Amino acid sequence: MKLRLAAVVAACLALGGCGNKQDIDKSAQYGPSPTLPEPSRGLLPRVNVPKVVGWSDGATPTVPQGFRIEAIATGLSSPRNVYPLDNGDLLIIESRKDAKEPVERPKRPVMAWVEARAHGGSDRGAPSNRILLLHVGDGTAPGTPTVLVDNLTSPFGVVVVGNALYVADTDAILRFPFSVGQTKVSGPGEKVVDLPAGAINHHWTKSLTARPDGSKLYVGVGSNSNAMERGMEAETNRAAILEVDPANGSFQVFASGLRNPNGLTFYPGSDTLWTVVNERDELGPNLVPDYMTSVKRGGFYGWPYSYWGPLPTTSAIRCGGSPQAEDAPFSRVAGA
Amino acid sequence: MAEITTHSNRRAASAAGPIYLLLFPIPVVCFLGALATDTAYRSSALLMWLHFSEWLIAAGLAFGALAALVLLIEFVGSRAIRRGRTGWAHLALFYATLIVELLNAFIHSIDGWTAVVPTGLTLSIIGAVLALGAVGALFFVPVTWVALREAGT
Repeated sequence: MKLRLAAVVAACLALGGCGNKQDIDKSAQYGPSPTLPEPSRGLLPRVNVPKVVGWSDGATPTVPQGFRIEAIATGLSSPRNVYPLDNGDLLIIESRKDAKEPVERPKRPVMAWVEARAHGGSDRGAPSNRILLLHVGDGTAPGTPTVLVDNLTSPFGVVVVGNALYVADTDAILRFPFSVGQTKVSGPGEKVVDLPAGAINHHWTKSLTARPDGSKLYVGVGSNSNAMERGMEAETNRAAILEVDPANGSFQVFASGLRNPNGLTFYPGSDTLWTVVNERDELGPNLVPDYMTSVKRGGFYGWPYSYWGPLPTTSAIRCGGSPQAEDAPFSRVAGA
Repeated sequence: MAEITTHSNRRAASAAGPIYLLLFPIPVVCFLGALATDTAYRSSALLMWLHFSEWLIAAGLAFGALAALVLLIEFVGSRAIRRGRTGWAHLALFYATLIVELLNAFIHSIDGWTAVVPTGLTLSIIGAVLALGAVGALFFVPVTWVALREAGT
């Protein structure tokens, strides 16, 4: 009996533990029509947890031919975003989420433990949630950044429009009087609009950009769950890009069904907004590639009813609504 | 004579001991509860019921593992329990329950509808039937079975 039990347990572990690495050619998942195999799941989600090794001294990521890479600032604490100013200086946004998500399922603490292993060292305790200014100069020697704005609430997106620096904290967009060249913002932040945050606040990074004419701000608000497993109410104004009028703080949903939109950018010289979208988890090691897409006003991009546009997901919550993914505009570029 | 033996054997059957008898009902109640909340989720699609099922299965497994350990110790320590076939039946059914519910816990960890329909609910039904079987083996079968054996049939 004991032997049989051991055999069953071993089989369970094997089911959950094997084949967690991507096993199709990575390059087959780049481009506008990637190879998307059937979703797969063992007893446990087939997730490859990378081992954190860090960068040894002098080691760098590799870059394409014609590019050069070197450290220009070190010792930063979770620098999550970098924003170049017109004069070549850089804003470095140090950010982290300190609040813990509520434990509404036994799965959460297990996931938190696994994810902590993948995230590696914690910067907990180091100063964070602030914006640093780095004078790049000729870009050869590492510089020492100075603090431009401090005491923010998990900031992520920033954009300079005229004489204002807009900062997307996790719970609000703030406006600081600022002009390029200043080393300190001149005055306290003024709230433009509240953003969806709340007790869960799962995808907490709020990406931010402005229309080229500066008349509107666009903020990416990620979902509060992987695939709506926290219910519809938790997703109010989430998994969406919001269009904000900075003059009066009014906003509307610009596009929706985007699980976690990040890196919002207007294509240079155009009025076309682009975003990168982090797609859903737990459909196997070969799914789902994240994608980059132009975003149409009023567009619905499928989450949580489907992934990669029209592919229906079997585990979407029954919500009474019908999937509208076939209406979604697809002009995507995949990145596995 | 037969009656006295039955009595002493019944004591042997429930010789599982007070600690075990205190622990064993907890997973049974949890797994039956999970079947009820799974049914509620299937008919309402309210996520609260899915979460209820997950916690009930997790709690059932935690106390079930403890009970399984105590049962193992009782088995090793008591020849009377080992000799009775019902003791073995109880152990097999209870351990099978725990294995099924362990699988069920993994299935219930899926995000959304397919955490319950159809596999999770199916496993909850199987787990509940096995758990009730284990209850039966512990409390009902010994009396009659032992009595029948002692009567010479």
